Amino acid sequence: MLRFLLTRLGLLIPTFIGVTVISFTFIRLIPGDPVELLVGERGISPERHAKLMAQFGFDKPLWEQYLLFIYDLFQGDLGKSVVTKQPVIEEFFTLFPATLELSTCALIFAVAVGLPAGISAAVRRGSMLDHSVMATALTGYSMPIFWWGLLLIILFSGILGWTPVSGRIEVVYFFDQVTGFMLIDSLLSGQEGAFRSAVRHLILPSIVLGTIPLAVIARQTRSAMLEVLGEDYVRTARAKGLPPWRVVGLHALRNALITVVTVIGLQVGLLMAGAILTETIFAWPGVGKWLYDSISRRDYPSVQGGLLLIASLVMVVNLLVDVLYGLINPRIRHAR
Amino acid sequence: MTDAAEPRGRIAPKLPDDDLPGAEDAGATPVKPTHPLVEFWRYFSENKGAVGGLFVVCALVLVAIFADVLAPYHPHEQYRDHFLQPPVWQEGGSFEFILGTDATGRDMLSRIMHGARFSLIIGVIVVTLSLSIGIALGLFAAFFRRFVDPMVMRLMDVILAIPSLLLALVMVAILGPGLVNVMIAVAVVYLPHFVRLSRASAVTELSRDYVTASRVSGAGLFRLMFVTVLPNCMPPLIVQGTLAFSTAVLDAAALGFLGMGAQPPTPEWGTMLADAREFILRAWWVVTFPGLAILVTVLAFNLMGDGLRDALDPKLKRS
Repeated sequence: MLRFLLTRLGLLIPTFIGVTVISFTFIRLIPGDPVELLVGERGISPERHAKLMAQFGFDKPLWEQYLLFIYDLFQGDLGKSVVTKQPVIEEFFTLFPATLELSTCALIFAVAVGLPAGISAAVRRGSMLDHSVMATALTGYSMPIFWWGLLLIILFSGILGWTPVSGRIEVVYFFDQVTGFMLIDSLLSGQEGAFRSAVRHLILPSIVLGTIPLAVIARQTRSAMLEVLGEDYVRTARAKGLPPWRVVGLHALRNALITVVTVIGLQVGLLMAGAILTETIFAWPGVGKWLYDSISRRDYPSVQGGLLLIASLVMVVNLLVDVLYGLINPRIRHAR
Repeated sequence: MTDAAEPRGRIAPKLPDDDLPGAEDAGATPVKPTHPLVEFWRYFSENKGAVGGLFVVCALVLVAIFADVLAPYHPHEQYRDHFLQPPVWQEGGSFEFILGTDATGRDMLSRIMHGARFSLIIGVIVVTLSLSIGIALGLFAAFFRRFVDPMVMRLMDVILAIPSLLLALVMVAILGPGLVNVMIAVAVVYLPHFVRLSRASAVTELSRDYVTASRVSGAGLFRLMFVTVLPNCMPPLIVQGTLAFSTAVLDAAALGFLGMGAQPPTPEWGTMLADAREFILRAWWVVTFPGLAILVTVLAFNLMGDGLRDALDPKLKRS
């Protein structure tokens, strides 16, 4: 097991270095020099320009700049936002709980609907149910989620008036951010109606963000179940006269879940990409919207830092999924 | 498929061998070997969804080509007496503007028809770029396992570590917004899938006898790569290409929606949605139709891709 883990970690290091190189070069690839970008259209005297270049370290050779960047990175310093003058890492982690809360709810929604749908489609292969689940899943998979979000707003916020259009909670509620998770904080605050308001704000964004993972999970669960249901041990279990729910729920599902868990884990990258769109539509104050705003405001240090942090997050989660896969599937662990 | 492609030698001795494909006119064989295309169509047409997808794709291509003739109006023409006119079946609508008009009085139907052009061009260029560069990188990685392989594959890992839309957004931020830059960015984002796929199939093919035979008989590197090995790696790449087409359309539209893609007044579907956002609660049609067009296009290509996979994957073929 240790060897397995070390191999996976070893593969991660070059990827991580690659990601640092990309986010480092990114800011230097933009046409024009960084200081001119910082000051914008106001213009700047040559002396001040040189001084600022020296202050940010842009006058040093490129390799030295890169080493400095890495050195700062290990100190937990990703530079300061040009717009707010706050440390990038602080901004990121203030907003991150909002994205985490939204992604978690989206993933719960996707698993809670996708898993049973995939299982029942596999069990009744070829039936109307199977066909309609697969058709719905393919539609969900093809969905432009930014449009889906707008449609849901038209229906549920516009016509029915059930859900709010944007934000995390109504402005009348105000309390300390203890955990950063609105659902927990609103409960802790003890204010009447706060939790309800937080839930109402969360529903539509979660559905929108969860739609594509839901479709992927339903499709993968179905194919994993179909594969497992054809195995000899399932036939044996059936022949022994076990009730169908035991055969499906215990013998088949446990083995099908091995692949499904991996698929669920790999949705993290997709969720982060989707968060940019979902958070922008619903004005959800998370890292996705922050990154998009930073790109539009040309706040490049923020983009650089955000890119690095999100890529690292995706890599770490993928590693965890890999390890988890090895843990639950001994065949992989002992393959080498 | 693989076996049929193997006897590709230049030497064609006149042997009375009626097992060879193309020897039908000998008349001696009771069972004619089916043409690969016929066989392909038999498997493909079994999947009703795939055939439906193919029809929609053909219709889209026709609309895109003949948009100038088919569309009732010019996509940029503004009719100042008809701001936000609803579609024909709703009160206040008329046959003049079947799907209604947008906030500046432009005909929705004409804009959506012209939008098909952009989406299809985006898909074609992205897939062509991604596929050709991906195949080249993948083959080089497979042929030079020592040096090229680790470098290329780690680079692909880096691209895969960054969420696709984020990477595309950042690249467009560097290159500047616009349709061409969107296509470049999306092509780079999908590169790893093609590189991995072509490398993996090339590595399997390289251990086959026919490759060794070709090598021994003196085939050069490029001949080995592109003439001997590549044709046998194509089926999964074709499937991936179709599926990438749909994701390319989707991502390009998302970038357009975020204001980074085609710039207004270009009738690109994502850009149209971005323009329509402020009217969502007043005029549902300006939001609904462009998105529906994206969904139908993406769905059609995905359906077709699923059908292609069933037809081209020998593992799934029932004997």
